[in-house]
Amino acid sequence: MPRIGVFVCQCGNNIAATVDTKKVAEEMGKLPGVVYTCDYKFMCSSPGQEMLRQAIKENKLDGIIVSACSPHMHEKTFRKAAEGAGLNPYQCEITNIREQCSWVHHDKTKAAGTVKSIDLTRMTIQRLKKNQPLKKIKIPVKKKAMVIGGGIAGIQAALDIAEGGREVILVEKEPSIGGNMARLSETFPTMDCSQCILTPKMVEAELNENITLYTYSEVEKVDGYIGNFTVTVRRKSKYVDEERCTGCGECIEKCPFKVDSQFELGLNKRKVIYTPFPQSVPNVPVIDAPNCTKIQKDKCGACAIVCGPKCIDFKMEDKLVTEEVGAIVVATGYQNMPNERFGEYGYGRIKDVISGMQFERLASSSGPTGGEIRRPSDGKIPQSVVFIQCVGSRDEKKGVSYCSKICCMYTAKHTKLYSHKVHGGQSYVFYMDIRSGGKRYEEFVRGAIEHEGAMYLRGRVSRVYEKNGKIMVQGADTLSGNQVEIEADMVVLATAVVSRDGADTLAQRLGIGYDKYKFYNEYHPKLKPVETVTAGIYLAGTCMGPMDIPESVAQGSAAASKVLALFSADEMAREPITSVVNRTTCNACWDCVTACPYTAIEREAIKDRQGNVVRWVAKVNDGVCQGCGVCVAACRSKSIDLKGYTDEQVFAAINAF
Amino acid sequence: MEHMKIPYYPGCTLNTVAKQFDTSAREAASIIGFEMKELSQWNCCGATFPLTPDNVIGLTAPAKVLSSARKEGDTLTTLCSVCYNVLKRTNKVIRDNKEKRNVINGFIEEEYDGSVNILHYLEVLRDKVGFDKVKGAVKRPLKGIKAATYYGCMLLRPFEDIGIDKAESPTIFEDLLRALGAEPVEFANKIECCGAHLAMNNEEVVTNLSGKVMTSAVDAGAELIVTTCPLCQFNLEKSQPRVAESDTGYTPVPVVYFTQALGLALGQDIETLGFEKNSSDIMPLLKKKGIA
Ligand SMILES: Cc1cc2nc3c(=O)[nH]c(=O)nc-3n(C[C@H](O)[C@H](O)[C@H](O)COP(=O)(O)OP(=O)(O)OC[C@H]3O[C@@H](n4cnc5c(N)ncnc54)[C@H](O)[C@@H]3O)c2cc1C
Repeated sequence: MPRIGVFVCQCGNNIAATVDTKKVAEEMGKLPGVVYTCDYKFMCSSPGQEMLRQAIKENKLDGIIVSACSPHMHEKTFRKAAEGAGLNPYQCEITNIREQCSWVHHDKTKAAGTVKSIDLTRMTIQRLKKNQPLKKIKIPVKKKAMVIGGGIAGIQAALDIAEGGREVILVEKEPSIGGNMARLSETFPTMDCSQCILTPKMVEAELNENITLYTYSEVEKVDGYIGNFTVTVRRKSKYVDEERCTGCGECIEKCPFKVDSQFELGLNKRKVIYTPFPQSVPNVPVIDAPNCTKIQKDKCGACAIVCGPKCIDFKMEDKLVTEEVGAIVVATGYQNMPNERFGEYGYGRIKDVISGMQFERLASSSGPTGGEIRRPSDGKIPQSVVFIQCVGSRDEKKGVSYCSKICCMYTAKHTKLYSHKVHGGQSYVFYMDIRSGGKRYEEFVRGAIEHEGAMYLRGRVSRVYEKNGKIMVQGADTLSGNQVEIEADMVVLATAVVSRDGADTLAQRLGIGYDKYKFYNEYHPKLKPVETVTAGIYLAGTCMGPMDIPESVAQGSAAASKVLALFSADEMAREPITSVVNRTTCNACWDCVTACPYTAIEREAIKDRQGNVVRWVAKVNDGVCQGCGVCVAACRSKSIDLKGYTDEQVFAAINAF
Repeated sequence: MEHMKIPYYPGCTLNTVAKQFDTSAREAASIIGFEMKELSQWNCCGATFPLTPDNVIGLTAPAKVLSSARKEGDTLTTLCSVCYNVLKRTNKVIRDNKEKRNVINGFIEEEYDGSVNILHYLEVLRDKVGFDKVKGAVKRPLKGIKAATYYGCMLLRPFEDIGIDKAESPTIFEDLLRALGAEPVEFANKIECCGAHLAMNNEEVVTNLSGKVMTSAVDAGAELIVTTCPLCQFNLEKSQPRVAESDTGYTPVPVVYFTQALGLALGQDIETLGFEKNSSDIMPLLKKKGIA
C-alpha cells in the first residue's frame, strides 16, 4: 500500500477565497493510500516547506501531492523540498487548484471551487500511484564553442567566451571577419570611426589563443545535442596557403584582372586575388576562382610567380573538417533589401541613386573616394542630397511590415557626415516618423535638424527622375500639405534590413526556428532573448532582426555568458522527462522520426551475435529529446511512452475523474 | 506559330472616335499572322472600375462582356487601357470572390467563373508572338526616331490586379518600340496620369497633367509620343496646343497610337493607318527621317 501525503495550499486568499482547503484535505484523507493530509496558508514559504519535509519523514511518505498553483510556478520548489527529505523528486506531483480553479471561480460559498479541487486532487493521487521514480539525465559537456558569423556580434561572443578561458571556433563565410560594421564610416550616436573601434577587436580575435578562425568557411552539417554537437564545416579553397602567407600583398599588386568589389557594393573594383578590405583579418588573400583565368583557362598565374613564400596553389581544394563542440552561437547578421525592387526611386536606372550602405562607403576614409562625398556618375561633389527613409520598411505591399529600426539614426548620421564634408551642401530627408529611441539618440537627430541644417520633410516620395543632369525628387510634404519637387545631385535610399539569403537553410541545419521574414526566433522574446528552442544553440545580433551595434554587442556578450554558464560544470543535469521506445513492439515505421521537431529520434539496428542486422527500431536520444510527446501521439503501435507522463499515469488520472 | 485567332473586345471608343486604333491593330495582326476575332456580342465595359467594394452592380457590364468572351474561347484581347483595366480587375473579382461572383451571375443571368485570360494587345505581341518575331516582320524600321512610350496609369496599376509588367519600372512598351527600330527615350512622366476623365469637367487639371507628360517627354528628346489608350491620346492631343501657347520653349510633337507605329514599321500603306484622324501630324517627322 502506498503512503501518500496531500498538502493543500490556501495561497493567502488566492485559493482559500473560493475553495474550502480544509474540506479538500479532509476528503483526501479518506482515500485509500493517503496517510497524511493538511492545509496551510503558504505552502511555498519556508515554514511550509519545512512542514512538508517533516511530514514526509515522520509519516514515511513515499509520494506527495501539493495542491496549489500551476506547476510552472513551484513544481521545482516542492520537488526540491521532497528531495531534501529523502524522497525521489519525481514522486512529488502538483495539482493546479489556483490558475485553473480558484481564480476562475467567483462563488464565495466555495461550493464549486471545493468540489473541483477535490476532483483534481483525486485525479493526481491516482496518477501518482503509477509514478516511477526518475533520475535526472547527466550529459557530459564538451567545453568548446562554435560561433557562426564573424560580424561584430559574433566577434564579441567569441572574445567573451575565449576570455572566460574556453576554446572557440569562429566560422565566417567571407575571406575576412568584420561583417557589415567593417563597411561603416562613422557610427551613431558618438560618431567614432567604425574601423577604429572594430579593427582592434578583429585583431584580438585573431591573436587570442583560445580562438580558431575559420574564414571563407561555412557550416554544412550539424549533429548531436547540447554539450555534444558534431559540426561539419566546409573550408572553401582560398588557393593560398594560410600558414605560409605573409600578407605582403605582392600577388594582389601583380594580378592583372579587376572585377566589381562586393565589399564596396560595386562602387569600386578589386583584383581577382584579393582581400575584401585593407584591414582584413586574417590578412590573407583569396582567389576568386570563377574570375581567375589561371584556374579557368590555365592562363596567367602572375600571382604565383611573384609570391615570395610560394604559397599559391591553383589546385587547392575545399576541405571538410569536423568539430566537436558543446555549444553554438549563431550570429550570421543581415543584409539590405535589393533596391531594384523600388522602380519609382530609379535605383539601377539612375547612377546617382545609391543605397545607405553605399553612402557609408563614400563617407569612409578607406572607401573608394577616400572619404570624400563624390557621386558615382561623374565624381562631382553633390551640392544637394535627398535621403529617402523607409524604403521597403513599414511597407507591407512591396517590402516588409516591420520597422528596420536603425535607418532613422543612420540617415541623421548621413546628413551630419554630409554637412561636415560638403560645406554649403543641403540635405533633405523624407521620413514617415522619426524613431530615435535609445540613449542620446533623440538628441542626435535633433542635432542634425537644428544645428546641421538637414531639412526634414514628413512624407513619401512618389517618383525620382532625371532632368537636365539633375535628379528630380517628387514627393509630399504632409506637414505643409504641399507637393514638393527637389532638384538633387544625389539620392540615398535607406533600404530595409532583411535576413540573409540562405538564413532558412542554415536554420534547418541547426534545427532552430525562424519567422516569416527568416529572422531567427529567440526562445522567449523577453525572458530568453538569446536562447533558441534547441538547447545549446544561442543567438546574437541582427540574425534575429534589425538592431544597431550596441544591441548586437550586448547580445554577443549575453550569448557568451550563457555558453560559459553551460561550460562551468563537467556534466549537465537535465529533466528526465523524455520519451522511451518499447523495442519489442516498435515496428520501425519511422512516423516518430518524421514527427519529432527536435530530430531526437534515431534508427537503431538490432544485431545478432554474428553482427548481422536482424531488425530496426527507433531510439530516443535523451540529450536532444525535449519531452514534447509528439512521437507518443504519432506512434501507431503504441510503442512510445513519455517518462513522467506515461499512458498508464494519464489513464489512471482520467479514470479517477 | 500556327494561325492564331484571338477573341477581341474593341470597346466603344475604338468603335467611334478611335477607329484608327482599331483598324491599325487588326491590320498589323494580320501581317504578323494572327486574327483578332471581334466578339459577336459585346457592350460597354462601364469605363471605370468601381472603387466602392460593395458596388457590385458596377461590375455587371464588364461581367457580361467576359461571359460572352468565355463562349468564344479562353483568352480575350483588348487595346484600350481603360477597358483592359476594368475587364481584368472585374475578372479577378469574379474568379476570387465567390460571394460576389454569385451576385453578379444572378444579375446577368449567366454562369461565369472568371476563367478567361485577359491579354492586352501588347502582351499578345510579347508573350504569344514574341517581340523577336515582330522585329523579323519589320519592313520599314522607325530608324532614328526618338520615341516616348507613354504608358499612362490604367495599363499598369494596380500592380496586384494587372501585372502586365513592373508597375514602377515597366519595359514592355520600350521593348516593342525597340523591336520596331525606334529609340525609346526615358522620361519622367511616362507612367503618370494624363488627367483621364477629368477631361469632362476640369480641363485645367488635364492641361496641367498632360502638359507635364509631354514636356518631360520632349525635354528628354522625344520626337514622337506613342500611346496605348484613347483617353491618353485624346488628352495629350487636346492639351498640346495650349501647352505650346503657354510654354514658348515647347515644340509640339506628333502623338500616335502604338498600333499606328506598329503598322508603319510593318510596312503598311501609310494612307491606311488613319493618321489623318489624329490631330497632330506625323508626316513631317516621317519625311525628315526619310521614312515616308
Ligand atoms: C547603412 C547602415 C549604417 C549603419 N550605421 C550604424 C551606426 O552608425 N551605428 C550602429 O550602431 N549601427 C549601424 N548600423 C547597423 C550595424 O551595421 C549592425 O548593427 C551590425 O553590423 C550588426 O552586426 P552583426 O554581427 O549582427 O551582423 P553582420 O555585420 O551582418 O555580420 C554577420 C557576419 O556573419 C557572416 N555570415 C553570414 N552568414 C554566414 C554563414 N552561413 N556562415 C558563416 N558566416 C556567415 C557574414 O559574412 C558577416 O560577416 C548601420 C547599418 C546600415 C545598413
